[in-house]
Amino acid sequence: MTQPKIIVVGGGLAGLMATIRVAESGIPVDLFSIVPVKRSHSVCAQGGINAAKNLKGEGDSTWKHFDDTIYGGDFLANQPLVKGMCEAAPAIIDLLDRMGVMFNRTPEGLLDFRRFGGTLYNRTAFAGATTGQQLLYALDEQVRRFESEDKVKKFEGWTFLSVVLDDGGVCRGICGMDLRTMEIRTFPCDAAIFCTGGIGVVFGRSTNSVVCTGSAQSALFQQGVYYANGEFIQVHPTAIPGEDKCRLMSESARGEGGRVWVPKQAGDERAGKDIPENERFYFLEDWYPKYGNLVPRDVATRAIHKIVFEMKMGLVGEPAVYLDVTHIPRETLDRKLEGILEIYEKFVGVDPREEPMKVFPAMHYTMGGLWVDNQNQATNVPGIYAAGECEYQYHGANRLGANSLVSCIYGGMLAGPAAVRYSRGLESGCENVPGAIFERERVRQQDITDALLNQHKGTENPITIWREMGDIMTENVTVIRYNANLQKTLVKLDELSERFTRINLQDRTQWANQTLNFVRELGNMLILARVITMGALARDETRGAHYKPDFPERDDANWLKTTKASYNEGNIQLEYEPVDTSLLQPRERKYTAKA
Amino acid sequence: MADKTFIVRIKRQQRPDESVRWEEYELRYRPHMNVIICLRDIAEKPFTQSGVESTPVSYDANCLEEVCGACAMLINGTARQACTALVDDLEKPIRLEPLTKFPLVRDLVVDRSKMFEDLKRTHCWIPIDGTYDIGEGPRMAPSVQEKGYPLSRCITCGNCLEVCPKVNQRDPFVGAAIVSQVRLFNMHPTGAMHSAERLDALMLPGGIADCDNAQNCVKACPKGIPLTESLAAVNGQVLVHAVKSWLRGE
Ligand SMILES: Cc1cc2nc3c(=O)[nH]c(=O)nc-3n(C[C@H](O)[C@H](O)[C@H](O)COP(=O)(O)OP(=O)(O)OC[C@H]3O[C@@H](n4cnc5c(N)ncnc54)[C@H](O)[C@@H]3O)c2cc1C
Ligand code: SF4
Ligand code: FES
Repeated sequence: MTQPKIIVVGGGLAGLMATIRVAESGIPVDLFSIVPVKRSHSVCAQGGINAAKNLKGEGDSTWKHFDDTIYGGDFLANQPLVKGMCEAAPAIIDLLDRMGVMFNRTPEGLLDFRRFGGTLYNRTAFAGATTGQQLLYALDEQVRRFESEDKVKKFEGWTFLSVVLDDGGVCRGICGMDLRTMEIRTFPCDAAIFCTGGIGVVFGRSTNSVVCTGSAQSALFQQGVYYANGEFIQVHPTAIPGEDKCRLMSESARGEGGRVWVPKQAGDERAGKDIPENERFYFLEDWYPKYGNLVPRDVATRAIHKIVFEMKMGLVGEPAVYLDVTHIPRETLDRKLEGILEIYEKFVGVDPREEPMKVFPAMHYTMGGLWVDNQNQATNVPGIYAAGECEYQYHGANRLGANSLVSCIYGGMLAGPAAVRYSRGLESGCENVPGAIFERERVRQQDITDALLNQHKGTENPITIWREMGDIMTENVTVIRYNANLQKTLVKLDELSERFTRINLQDRTQWANQTLNFVRELGNMLILARVITMGALARDETRGAHYKPDFPERDDANWLKTTKASYNEGNIQLEYEPVDTSLLQPRERKYTAKA
Repeated sequence: MADKTFIVRIKRQQRPDESVRWEEYELRYRPHMNVIICLRDIAEKPFTQSGVESTPVSYDANCLEEVCGACAMLINGTARQACTALVDDLEKPIRLEPLTKFPLVRDLVVDRSKMFEDLKRTHCWIPIDGTYDIGEGPRMAPSVQEKGYPLSRCITCGNCLEVCPKVNQRDPFVGAAIVSQVRLFNMHPTGAMHSAERLDALMLPGGIADCDNAQNCVKACPKGIPLTESLAAVNGQVLVHAVKSWLRGE
């Protein structure tokens, strides 16, 4: 066989790391991304990246990082890979440091670390409050270097539509669409690595970026890749609500000493800064004395919900609580948190150094994703790999803050070499696959697009359908889940899918037609929404981010298992597989203990 | 009571080779709107003020919190990011146009690949030996980090190029953003070992000699990057480098 061909789809942290690893092994990579990779969603990550470097004399260790991660994830994560990630994390930080990331430093010139949620250790390395941006740029620069050596070829402004499967069900290439010319084309490859990120857009408004639709994951799912643990959706406790997006106020604000509170007196109309200390209720510190403001996200989010909706103690005029950093010295704020405080200032028009910020929970992250195996980031379809937020390993039922960046990079590090090994081991490469196999997929995709372009009687607006989907998903499938509401959501999704068949494309041009692309994504999102909702409906227990008041306990006897959704001619089926708990015995997850 | 409304005027062009037209939309005002929300409203009801059916406006956006750089455009004539352009702060009618210094794709979308190409041309990376675990990176004084970090927040939006009198689609001037990136990489302990490559690149046509010191760039940068400081610093490095090369007889 000649030189293998490898394609990476997605150029966030995971995709770039996978690309670097493949290119480093001497195999050229074609890298596809909707946006120029430097504009990928990973730039939004603010707070930092975890690694138990133990540079603060706290006796931290990779085992403790592992324990925190498994415990924080309510024991739903397969343990060996998580252990591997935690052990690799310190070297990952070193690598990023060598690549030139401007991490914050101690006076001795060493890396500085701060504390994040769900741990008692200062384990999070950070570059101001724009850590994701800094990490992404470092990897982007390495990829640009490979690009200048012709080892990487970028296809930016292309969207992935589907994989090309041969008659044996093996992945032999991908089918993509050029978002400028709208040309649909196939690209042969021996292995494809998917690093297409999060799915926030399924929920309408979230902390995610515009391209985080999960469309690629859904397309793969419809072609036979399992989707695992879809029901585990993380809602971040502190974001600024917004009509276009909920802008995150990173956990690092609390890691640097930020405190969450509401006035003791419900309905207190005074401005936050005018309310005296003894008239404030620091409910997280009160309810969770040991972890305080740094309880895991699911716990903090539910606490805020309880304050606002059950106890009716939210701020006057809007569902919100205070996130307060005004007691922290200005100089510290500017050195460590400037990036996020600037966001608050720009979007709310208030200086958070002077006045407490008003925040509320928002959909943030998916723990679930494409099913991958326990060692190689390989999906169940030969030749398809996945890494980053789009796959389901590493975080179980709830992700700890600052663990995603490390899981993305670790996943990319594994996926690259695994795809290389697989490709080298193939008896016959993609160059021997008959052209008709590729043409078949191209025509199938072209037909879908043509049908949309030629539908002239449509009346339904894509943005309206999307809004309605987002609203019902946010209302019923985020923080609190009731089976009756989940059922209603499925009915609503049926209705939306039916209306989707009558969509009015509005734009039938064949040049940079963003509506066409969005509509194709919307079709995929509707299916993914169903997977998430069905998983949530089935799982009658409470675990991590999945909370059902009617089933308030974790139920290991029945539910210590991974949800695996599969797709068969329009039908979604759920099956389950055991979780690998070979290293840590599941124990009760409880953050209420005294300090 | 009738909703409060306002007008958005948009310069539209379906393709680079097609004619320009202006369209006006009347939108319903809500608190905290930004320009992105305006464009989404139009996508949901693409009817101009006079009731003519049009198409949704093409534009670039991703992060919606001014960290990806995608959404740069001219808003009321000023080059800036659309996601942080709040309707409350803008004079009405709001005028939206694409950046002019980059090839137009459609409507408000332009092609900024020049900037990424120039980052390549100027070797803006740290040449590491490989991704295997070979231990820690070089130590760095906090003071160096505090200088480097602001530079590394450049989002490649291109606003500084848009306002630069020396940048246009015919001349090759790399613009302030790229020069500032060269400064960043030359500052890093490992990057400094290879500063000559970057400085060489900036001595070619389109390099730093093209800068006329108009100083518009620094005012246009949404990230407050000290661009004039970077231009001066790199200019100094290039001069020293040129003299050294000359002394070595290169
Ligand atoms: C506001 C915010 C703050 C966060 N802060 C932190 C933090 O401090 N620490 C932490 O650990 N985690 C944090 N996270 C989570 C973390 O940022 C993400 O999980 C992570 O960046 C995802 O990286 P990725 O490589 O998987 O995907 P992304 O960075 O999302 O990249 C996805 C890539 O796929 C491409 N793509 C997608 N679909 C297609 C398609 N159909 N065709 C072609 N290309 C496609 C995109 O163009 C992009 O290049 C934060 C998340 C948010 C939203
Ligand atoms: S230097 Fe500033 S204006 Fe120029 S590209 Fe970077 S962020 Fe944009
Ligand atoms: S959308 Fe990213 S900068 Fe505006």
